[in-house]
Amino acid sequence: MSQTTLNVKPEHPWKLTPKDLVTDLLGALFTLLSTLAIVGFSPLKGKLGFALTLIVMAIVTATVMSWIRLDRKAAVNSSTTVLVYIAASFVIMALASVLYEIIRLGAPGFSLSIFTKDMSETASDMPLTEGGLLHAVIGTAYIVTFATLIATPIGILTALYIVEVKGRFAGTVRFFVQAMSGVPSIVAGLFIFAFWMIQLGNSYSGIAGGFALTVLMIPTVARTAEEVLKLIPQDLREAGLALGATQWRTVAMVVIPAARSGLITAVILGIARVVGETAPLLLTIGGADAINLNPTAGNMSAFPYYVWKNLLIGSENAISRAWLGVFVLMILVLIFFALARYFGAAKGSRK
Amino acid sequence: MQEKKTIPSPRKITTEPRFTDKVFRGVVTSGGLIAGLLLGLIGFFLVFNGFEAMRSAGLSFLTGFDWVDAIPENGQAASYGIGAMLYGTIVTGILAMIMGVPVAVGTALFLSYYAPEWIKKPMVVVVDVMAAIPSIVYGLWGYFVLMPHAEYWAKLIHKYFGFIPFFDMPAPVFTRSPFIAGLVLAIMIIPIVTAVSREVFAQTPLERIQAAYALGATKWSMIKAVVFPYGRGGVIGGAMLGLGRALGETVAVYTVLNLVYDIRIEVLLSAGGSVASMIVNKFGEADPVELQALMGAGFVLFMVTLLVNFLANYIINKTARE
Repeated sequence: MSQTTLNVKPEHPWKLTPKDLVTDLLGALFTLLSTLAIVGFSPLKGKLGFALTLIVMAIVTATVMSWIRLDRKAAVNSSTTVLVYIAASFVIMALASVLYEIIRLGAPGFSLSIFTKDMSETASDMPLTEGGLLHAVIGTAYIVTFATLIATPIGILTALYIVEVKGRFAGTVRFFVQAMSGVPSIVAGLFIFAFWMIQLGNSYSGIAGGFALTVLMIPTVARTAEEVLKLIPQDLREAGLALGATQWRTVAMVVIPAARSGLITAVILGIARVVGETAPLLLTIGGADAINLNPTAGNMSAFPYYVWKNLLIGSENAISRAWLGVFVLMILVLIFFALARYFGAAKGSRK
Repeated sequence: MQEKKTIPSPRKITTEPRFTDKVFRGVVTSGGLIAGLLLGLIGFFLVFNGFEAMRSAGLSFLTGFDWVDAIPENGQAASYGIGAMLYGTIVTGILAMIMGVPVAVGTALFLSYYAPEWIKKPMVVVVDVMAAIPSIVYGLWGYFVLMPHAEYWAKLIHKYFGFIPFFDMPAPVFTRSPFIAGLVLAIMIIPIVTAVSREVFAQTPLERIQAAYALGATKWSMIKAVVFPYGRGGVIGGAMLGLGRALGETVAVYTVLNLVYDIRIEVLLSAGGSVASMIVNKFGEADPVELQALMGAGFVLFMVTLLVNFLANYIINKTARE
């Protein structure tokens, strides 16, 4: 019996044929031209009219084209595809607008001299060449450092408790910490005010603000650290224990070194989370225009407070100052964000 | 010569941890419990300081519309009720969900099933950066950049849909309305809703997806038949987490919302409420009695957001475990 061999040529049926490509391009062209025509010859006007018409025309064109080519199912698929792309582009547009406006309105006031002066002899209405935000730099540095010093050990201990010790309350603690990350920041401020000021009789100070931020930072640190610790292979722990190490030695010399970059990421993410918090600081630090080098007593300033104060004053130069503050604050946040990604990517400890 | 065998006495087998381990476990446990107890402490101190105000006002603390300080000269008693603010908080939260959740779920779908590889990574960064932006930045942007546009959109909505009671307009002031506050909040909750939705979408079993495609499903039919039924809980939970964030948002709402102690259904009108913003608004000049009322308001806000968060986490954990 003779065998016939079929020479099958590899095909890519899913690839667009030149014909499909041309019709797709024509469709896109039609969408654009029809939008221009509708905006030009109808009462719809302006950027909003253009955007809305473009969206509608894109959906209509895509739907009609797939319906003609295939069937109703394909048409539904096309319109939802367009909708999904529109949703994603909305998100990009929102972020782009925020960042663009921060740079446009905040960058012009930026100069290195703002880091050498405070506002003790300058009114907010004065031109931006006068005064600076050194007092806010110092305040934020104190407050965030203080919060980091308390929140880091507690957050990492919490993660260790959930992942390593697996104590009786591990599930409960996990659930509570999870819920705690949703506590409104203003509530954290009120709590510290009730506890630290009313109950213990202290006055406004940098550390009060630090305490308030600690409350917000712990859940971020704990949850990220928990995820990182869970990614450490169980084999490593078993190897440590099999060598006769106690649990303490295993954790300290095997697990934590293995998770180090991830734990650093956890702390940096926590800092990025709280560095721009405004509401709790409004209730706890009192606010100041002059440099206060003592974090334990006396009114303190901070970046978010600086922005807030100038926003409420509302005159032209004050608003510019607020944007300048936001500009510097965003640079700070983005630096921490980039650091977190850098350490997170370093050992692939993040998913 | 006979070798004398010495049999070492067997080591005692014990599950008793060594001393260092006991110390270690003790330290870690106390650290974990501090974090767990913090939530209880927050609730306790807010109740402790706000109890008097809540007790004296009774149920009207939740339902009353007035926030009036005592004026001893006129013999006017203080009256504190957060009803209008609570209503306003919920309205802006719901508006934020209506506008934010569809976009967030769309973005999550985009990232999971539509995006080409080269745009996926930058897009994830975009969403993460959005989550990292502090609320005061959104407040400033919302007030100076978004509001002029949003005011125009609100006018259009009113012009064409004014017959619907929600979009009616008794006085033509379109700035600082619940609509605009909802818009800003919508942008603020998009990252978290996207992140949670994406996580559950990623857990959809691959074989079911492939089965749907093998049966000839289009991408959308596959999503409708496989991804949504599987991830519904996660999406709902994520939306509720977003709602929790929106309810507690303070500074951003304060800048774009006009606080009015009244209940109005017109969402385009420049009159709304927010418990969190009210606390900041009244805190500066509060006397001790009013401060107690503010603590009470903080407690109510705390409980509401906690409830929403508990529920959201419960739903998400349940979905994730299945």
